[in-house]
Amino acid sequence: MTYDDVKVGDELATHVSAPISRHVLALYCGASGDHNPMHVDIDFARKFGMPDVFAHSMLSMAFLAQLLTQWVPQDRIRHWGVRFVAITPVGAQVACTGRVVEKFEVEGEKCVRLDINARTDAGLHTLAGDAVIALP
Amino acid sequence: MLDKSFIGFETGARSVGVEAGQLKFFAKATNETNPIYFDEEAARAAGHPALPAPPTFLFCLGTMAPGDENVLGKLGVNIGRVLHGEQQFTYLKPIYAGDTITLKTRISDIYDKRGGALDFIVQDTDATNQDGEKVGISRTVIVVRNG
Repeated sequence: MTYDDVKVGDELATHVSAPISRHVLALYCGASGDHNPMHVDIDFARKFGMPDVFAHSMLSMAFLAQLLTQWVPQDRIRHWGVRFVAITPVGAQVACTGRVVEKFEVEGEKCVRLDINARTDAGLHTLAGDAVIALP
Repeated sequence: MLDKSFIGFETGARSVGVEAGQLKFFAKATNETNPIYFDEEAARAAGHPALPAPPTFLFCLGTMAPGDENVLGKLGVNIGRVLHGEQQFTYLKPIYAGDTITLKTRISDIYDKRGGALDFIVQDTDATNQDGEKVGISRTVIVVRNG
C-alpha cells in the first residue's frame, strides 16, 4: 500500500478485541507492569468509590495499536495519541476503528492522518484520537 | 489542588532492560496475533534483529523501570484517585528485545478544572537506547479526582 493508494475517507478494517475478562486484566497487570490494584482488586476499587474494577486504559490503547499494525508495519507510525473519554468496564469487547482524514507531506515525507476510536460492544465511546502514518 | 511549583520537575534517569519474555507475556495479555511480536523466527523473517516492542510498550517500560522517584507520590497523589486522561507517543527508532532504555520524565504542566475538583498532571518522558539514540517520547496526562 502506498500513499497514492490511500484516499481521504478510507476506513481501516475494524479490529475487535476478545471480551475483557477479569483474567485478561490479571494478565495485563503482570504483562504491562501496571500494578494499580484498581484493575484487579474489587475491594480496593470499592474503597475508592468505584462499583467494580475496570480495564486498564492502556489495554484498550494496545488494541488500537493492533488496529494500526494490522494496517501498516509499526515503523510507519510517526506519532499518535488518544484521549480516554470513558472507563472501559469488565467484560466489554472493544471495537477499534480508523479512518483517513488527511494526506500531507512533512519534511518531504508523505503522511496520512487517521482519526481513531474505540467503542465497547455496548456502544460506549472509550478512546478518541489520531495517528500520523508515513506511507511510501 | 496540587502544588504547581512541581511544573518543570525532572526525575533522574531510570534504565530498564527490554526482555523478550516480557514482550511475549504482553503479546499474550493483549491477544496479539501477529507472530513478529512473540516469535523470534517470525520477527527475523520480517527483517527485525529481535522481537520488536509493540507501540504502547514504551509506556510499560516507564512503569517497569526501577527508581524511587515516584512522581505521583512526590505530588501527594493517592493512586486510588487517578485516571489516565490522555496518552501520546512519538517514535524515532524501533525498540527491540535486548535493548536497555533510559527514561527521563519531566512534569510539563499541572492545571485544574471544575473549580479544583479535577487536577491534571502532564508528564513527558524521553526514551534513549543503549547507543544513546533517542527512540521515542511518551506524553501522559493523569487526572486526579479530588473529593
